Amino acid sequence: MAYVLKERHPDLPPPRSEVGVLGWLRRNLFSTWYNTLFTLVTAYLLWLALPPFFEWAVLHAHYAGEGRQACAGGGACWVFIGDRLPQFFYGFYPAAERWRVDLGFALFVPLIAYLHLPRVRFKLWVGAFTLFVYPVIAYYLFAGGVFGLPAVPTSQWGGLMLTLILAFTGIVGALPLGVLLALGRRSSLPVLRSVSVAFIELWRGVPLITVLFMSSVLLPLFLPTGVEIDKLLRALIAIALFQAAYIAEVVRGGLQAIPKGQFEAAQALGLTYPQSMALVIMPQALKIAIPGIIVTFIELFKDTSLVVIIGLMDLLGITQAALNDPKWLGFAAEGYLFAGLIYWIFCFGLSRYGLYLERRFHTGHRR
Amino acid sequence: MADGVTDKTPWWLNQRLRGFFAQALVIAVTAGFLAFLAYNTQVNMQARGITNSLDFFSQEAGFGIIQSLIPYSPTSTYAQAFLVGLTNTLFISAVGIVLATLLGLLVGIARLSSNWLVSRLAGAYVEIFRNTPLLLQIFFFYFAVMQALPAVRQSLDVGGLMFVNNRGVYLPRPVPEPAFWAVVGALFIAIAASLWLARWARRRQEATGQPFPVFWSGAALVIVLPLVVYFIVGQPLRWSVPHLAGFNFRGGMVAIPEFTALLLALTIYTAASIAEIVRSGIQAVSHGQTEAALSLGLPQWRVLQLVVLPQALRVIIPPMTSQYLNLTKNSSLATAVGYPDLVSVFAGTTLNQTGQAVVIIGITMGVYLTISLSISLLMNLYNKRVRLVER
Repeated sequence: MAYVLKERHPDLPPPRSEVGVLGWLRRNLFSTWYNTLFTLVTAYLLWLALPPFFEWAVLHAHYAGEGRQACAGGGACWVFIGDRLPQFFYGFYPAAERWRVDLGFALFVPLIAYLHLPRVRFKLWVGAFTLFVYPVIAYYLFAGGVFGLPAVPTSQWGGLMLTLILAFTGIVGALPLGVLLALGRRSSLPVLRSVSVAFIELWRGVPLITVLFMSSVLLPLFLPTGVEIDKLLRALIAIALFQAAYIAEVVRGGLQAIPKGQFEAAQALGLTYPQSMALVIMPQALKIAIPGIIVTFIELFKDTSLVVIIGLMDLLGITQAALNDPKWLGFAAEGYLFAGLIYWIFCFGLSRYGLYLERRFHTGHRR
Repeated sequence: MADGVTDKTPWWLNQRLRGFFAQALVIAVTAGFLAFLAYNTQVNMQARGITNSLDFFSQEAGFGIIQSLIPYSPTSTYAQAFLVGLTNTLFISAVGIVLATLLGLLVGIARLSSNWLVSRLAGAYVEIFRNTPLLLQIFFFYFAVMQALPAVRQSLDVGGLMFVNNRGVYLPRPVPEPAFWAVVGALFIAIAASLWLARWARRRQEATGQPFPVFWSGAALVIVLPLVVYFIVGQPLRWSVPHLAGFNFRGGMVAIPEFTALLLALTIYTAASIAEIVRSGIQAVSHGQTEAALSLGLPQWRVLQLVVLPQALRVIIPPMTSQYLNLTKNSSLATAVGYPDLVSVFAGTTLNQTGQAVVIIGITMGVYLTISLSISLLMNLYNKRVRLVER
């Protein structure tokens, strides 16, 4: 007697332990005995750390009230942050003039948004405007003294506003200088090469803090008597020069990755050196260098906090000042967590933006 | 030319001439700029009565330093203060590098784990600490953690050996007796012997093809030999355990809050970067390599040891070294919390007291530059050795 299957047997569902929540748990948390052990130990540690933190920061926290009396008892005192919120954003910028800061940053948003639209006209002009004209407008808007705007000295700038100014100007200054230095380092002219190498290695070999010290202690000695440079500007110059050296090394990495044939092909087409660099080499090299450049920018953004040490009131400086206020002693954890969160949002955002750029410029074959 | 067509390049388009002029211009501008700075400095220093001499090095410093690894008192000279700063910088950098490497390796490997919880936790760690400024972390650990610790009387007690309070972390201190040097000697002999063993094993394997368990025998040698000597010469090591006496702790050793906060921040911050380097290094070894090695019949750990790690290390070591340099340079943030490192002692207090701005900033930068350049030099030599040899 033969048994012949006439029709296809219906597919059975996969075993219940392999799919769904159970399967996911088995695969990802309890696949082997040591993975089970890791999972249990990690879960226990998280159980020790997270619930108390949640209780402190959310459940038992104080959100509303007046003064530090509102924060009696345990729990985080977010009243303190609320009380100081304008300072975290504007520093000691006069309250009546803060609309100028808002306006300045509000101008920046549509410019950047326009630059990210695909295929729109006048992109080059808008880009040039953002790089060269916008900073001038923003400077006069913030500093005042013209068009009937009351003057606000840079010593009153502070908080997140100052951090963003330092970061933006640092980036705008460091990128072109870094590209020039990278080209100089790859140049066939020995003098140009050695000057670039000396500059790059000097800045990369010392801590930023000594450069900032130099800008605040030595720069007055370096300049003719009577010439005084604003403290903020000195810090800006120091940060831009310092980061330019790091950008230069990243761009050099990108340049080295371009095959020699590209240089030769550009020359064979009769392009001059600036043309071949601007039209053939740099677009490719910068594309390769984007991840590194973004990492350098994130470093720059974090490093702006070092200006605290030469007495500027950036986001971290304002946090320090707020914590030293006799009325609000003892809320260090809240202050640093809040400032850290703001820094984190910007740095994390920048790194995501870097990933987006990498994808967008990835014109080669995808794996 | 008779027909009026010239094939001679005009002189302003001549490549060599152009290069020559460009370089002459760079030299002139650089030299002019430096001369301008030097002249102004000269004039300004004369106006302020500062001289450019190193005489101050032999003068009495007159300030105290809260932590020093070499003998120092306020009556010591500025030269000694400089050395205290330098040793403190090197000390915290060395400890930080060891701890950051260990933590970074752990987190980097955890990030690659197939365990969802472990890899997510490691990822969160990296994203949190890499995206906030180091200085903020230093302030956090100093002002929000160390200063919020209980007072001496209410110290946190860890097993009766370690005490944590707002004056620092008190640890047991090893007190070696004279005979302990025998143990140290044994350790060095064991290390030398295992190096020799490794060389012998490699030669034998190249000659006969027979492998030898170098790692396990070497590890056994390095651990067992000093231990045996330790017990033979009569356990010549005692521990001085800190204990509360009056208003403070006696005995043991203390890591002052400034040191502890700086070390914690440096370690945690750098470990996040190292973790990323380790992860990308291991991922850079293509999976085909692992599969090929497995198909040769190598056991799992030999695959790791002979195929994956040597290739991953080639990718990992250069960025790792630059992280070590970063940590050393970042240790200068010590000045923000008052840990007496080189910048804080020398470019801070000494500069303020003597006013020798040019010399002091120059020497401070020179020290960091020397450290950086010598490490880069070693790195370049190493890179030359491990570079893939192509055509």
